[in-house]
Amino acid sequence: MTLTLGLASLFLAFLCAIYGAVVALIAAPRKATAWVESARNAAMLTWPLITLAALSIIIMLVKGQYDVEYVTHVSSRAMPWYLKVTALWGGQAGSLLFWSWLMSAFTSAAMLRRWDRDRSMMPYVIAASMITLAFFLSLSLFVENPFQRLWQNEITGEIGPALLQPANSSLFTPLDGNGLNPLLRHPGMIIHPPMLYLGFVSFIIPYAFAIAALATGRTDDEWIRTTRRWTLVAWLFLSLGLILGGRWAYDVLGWGGYWGWDPVENAALLPWLTGTAFLHSVMIQEKRGMLKVWNMILIISTYSLVILGTFLTRSGVLSSVHAFAQSAIGPLFFAFIGITFAISMGLLFHRWDSLKSETQLDSLLSREAAFLLNNLLFLGVAFATLWGTLFPIISELVTGQKVTVGPPFYNQVNGPLLAAIVLLMGVAPLVAWRKASARSLGRLMWIPAVLTLVALVAFYLLGARSFGALLGYGIATFVGLTTLSEFARGVRARMRLGENPALALINLAARNRRRYGGYVIHLGVVVMAFGVVGSYMFQQETQATLNRGETLSLGGFTMKFDSVAQFNTDDRREVTRATVSVFDAGGSPVGVLHPRRDFFLDSGQPMTIPGVRSTLGEDFYVLLVDWQPISSNSATFKIYVNPLINLVWWGGIIFIIGTLVAAWPDAAEEKRYVSAPAGVATRSVGAD
Amino acid sequence: MAQTAVSSGVTPVVKKGGRAKFLIGGLLIVAAIVYLIATSTQSTAQYFLTIQELKDRGSSLVSQDVRVSGAVVAESIQYDAQKLELRFTVASVPADQKEIDAQGGLAAVLNAAVNDPNAARMDVIYNGVKPDLMKGEAQAIMDGHVDENGLFHADTLLMKCPTRYEGAVPSQAAP
Repeated sequence: MTLTLGLASLFLAFLCAIYGAVVALIAAPRKATAWVESARNAAMLTWPLITLAALSIIIMLVKGQYDVEYVTHVSSRAMPWYLKVTALWGGQAGSLLFWSWLMSAFTSAAMLRRWDRDRSMMPYVIAASMITLAFFLSLSLFVENPFQRLWQNEITGEIGPALLQPANSSLFTPLDGNGLNPLLRHPGMIIHPPMLYLGFVSFIIPYAFAIAALATGRTDDEWIRTTRRWTLVAWLFLSLGLILGGRWAYDVLGWGGYWGWDPVENAALLPWLTGTAFLHSVMIQEKRGMLKVWNMILIISTYSLVILGTFLTRSGVLSSVHAFAQSAIGPLFFAFIGITFAISMGLLFHRWDSLKSETQLDSLLSREAAFLLNNLLFLGVAFATLWGTLFPIISELVTGQKVTVGPPFYNQVNGPLLAAIVLLMGVAPLVAWRKASARSLGRLMWIPAVLTLVALVAFYLLGARSFGALLGYGIATFVGLTTLSEFARGVRARMRLGENPALALINLAARNRRRYGGYVIHLGVVVMAFGVVGSYMFQQETQATLNRGETLSLGGFTMKFDSVAQFNTDDRREVTRATVSVFDAGGSPVGVLHPRRDFFLDSGQPMTIPGVRSTLGEDFYVLLVDWQPISSNSATFKIYVNPLINLVWWGGIIFIIGTLVAAWPDAAEEKRYVSAPAGVATRSVGAD
Repeated sequence: MAQTAVSSGVTPVVKKGGRAKFLIGGLLIVAAIVYLIATSTQSTAQYFLTIQELKDRGSSLVSQDVRVSGAVVAESIQYDAQKLELRFTVASVPADQKEIDAQGGLAAVLNAAVNDPNAARMDVIYNGVKPDLMKGEAQAIMDGHVDENGLFHADTLLMKCPTRYEGAVPSQAAP
């Protein structure tokens, strides 16, 4: 019953998406308002329908309907109810459906907004988003259907999944399921995929508006203004997804790091990179009417990379620790990416003439030039990352030999480029629009520069002796100081109007959310940069097998192995848990840690949970990697000292707060926008 | 503040040198990035070989950094916890996805490789902790080099189990 209902809703949602796309496309040029309304209703209907489909899977997961293949794959009786619910995105078929569900939520929400401003564009917004949705729903229906049940052939005894009962077969109901992959049973994993997916799917909205702008010829800034907040929200979720993914890797994968340039990590980073470039370059279009073609290319690429990212994580085309099982959806994805990209670019060429710049670049030393450089660098990182990720495929196509590049490649290429981006982040906000003078720039920068030199001496004396580390710290310090000086400048200006400093700061940020939210994001990046440089340059590790009472020292810490115990838990885990005491350089105890190894009896898979003593200065990270029979009291540990790693997470939190400030709705801004007469672009050149 | 309405009626003065300046600057940066990518690709590229290919190339690849993958032979796994030394044997599996699919998927290919007496085999030594997924018929993906005796010294060891994300159908059936 539940199954039939879910499957039927999924199919209806697919029909609605097709209907919406086709009707919108037919009605748009004829200005058939009633038909467009009908397409809009169909688009909005997809969300409740997919919600029903997703709910029915959740019900089957919680109830344990194990004749359904997907339920058997990702859940088991022993799993707590909340994991059964999140198992919806714990496997291929379910996560695809979940993806569609989030996407239809976003598109339905976009349909609900007021239509009067951009009535002519909406049919194309419906078409672009519904075609994408229909594609994903067709995968869920015809290739990776989560509603398939298990059937046993009565003659051969073979068991296989099918939607409808095959001939000579009967329903096969396992007593229990395999259970969710242990690696996914972590709070970070419960929220990381939804955040990442939200980031992925919400980029569909600005893309759909861009396509609508191209299709209707309304290639002014309308589409950018309309989708500004959508873009920021998409970017917010994608950033959150990336940060949470890093945290999950650090807590669960047990290799002492948080980012490994794994193909799947790269797949999520790619749209973030082009999206970040887009967020910056739309500002030039809004202020100066330039880069219109460029912005179109950026949003189209971001969309294509979102689809590519979804594809890379699912097709198993690249070896990755994340790789899902092989499946048939690869070629379909490739075709879809190719077709949408070709159509988008075709539309862009069609409207090329109307996308001419309204103004010219004046000077190499100008905010515009800085933004251009920012874009080049971001695209450089994106291209290098894409190149590295696809290199095994490219090399195999060209030479017939599979050649891979690993983390050293990314460190060599993206390291300097990212450092340049961070440095630019500190300089660009000080550079005036149109034309800046070196003298005025010098006036704004000399205090941060001098303070940075002082800080570098301090870092050196504190023990940071490597050139790379000093360079990294120096850039981060300088950028942090220039960004803070921007706040100071604004606050001082308001104080002259008679406000006290705290009020001045609040008003400053509240009246100019985008700008100061952006600066808070920059400060978050600076804090993360300290964490990344510290943990990358000064990470220490060692490993040893210890008998009870023996010690192991690393980075000023000493660890004593006290005991190891083994016990079983109710959720069918065999836990081996060590107790170690940690002492600082002076020999005083600083904590007791419990690194452990969980062995999941159902799936036969172990999982290593580190014991971590975390301070702002460094993490002492202990892994229990092996042990001899418990009676012999010896165990093998791997320990890491990760300096400043906590700054990565704190920087991430600041980063997210900044994004929230920038994305927060601003009534005053809305009013300005609405009151602007149609067709007149308001560009406040001097205001910013 | 000042609202500058930029309308199409105002023809901007195009300075000839202005555009060229930006083009040259942009091209220089693009060239630098391309150069960085090209040289780094060259210096960090690693051949991804099957064990069969590695054996075929013989001594030409001794002490060169390569990446190989193979199926772990269960009986061969030896682990010395005190010295943190892991030794095992891997059997050659095809790297080509089409070939793997044709033979019934990765799990089937790995199973066939360890049971095939004619499959090329290679001994591996790895100094480090035994990975969680180190067991028979798992796929080991290793970076490292071969020495003169044909022993592979793995610097990194990544394990992949084909059943990891999408498990097999459990055996217990309802009556």
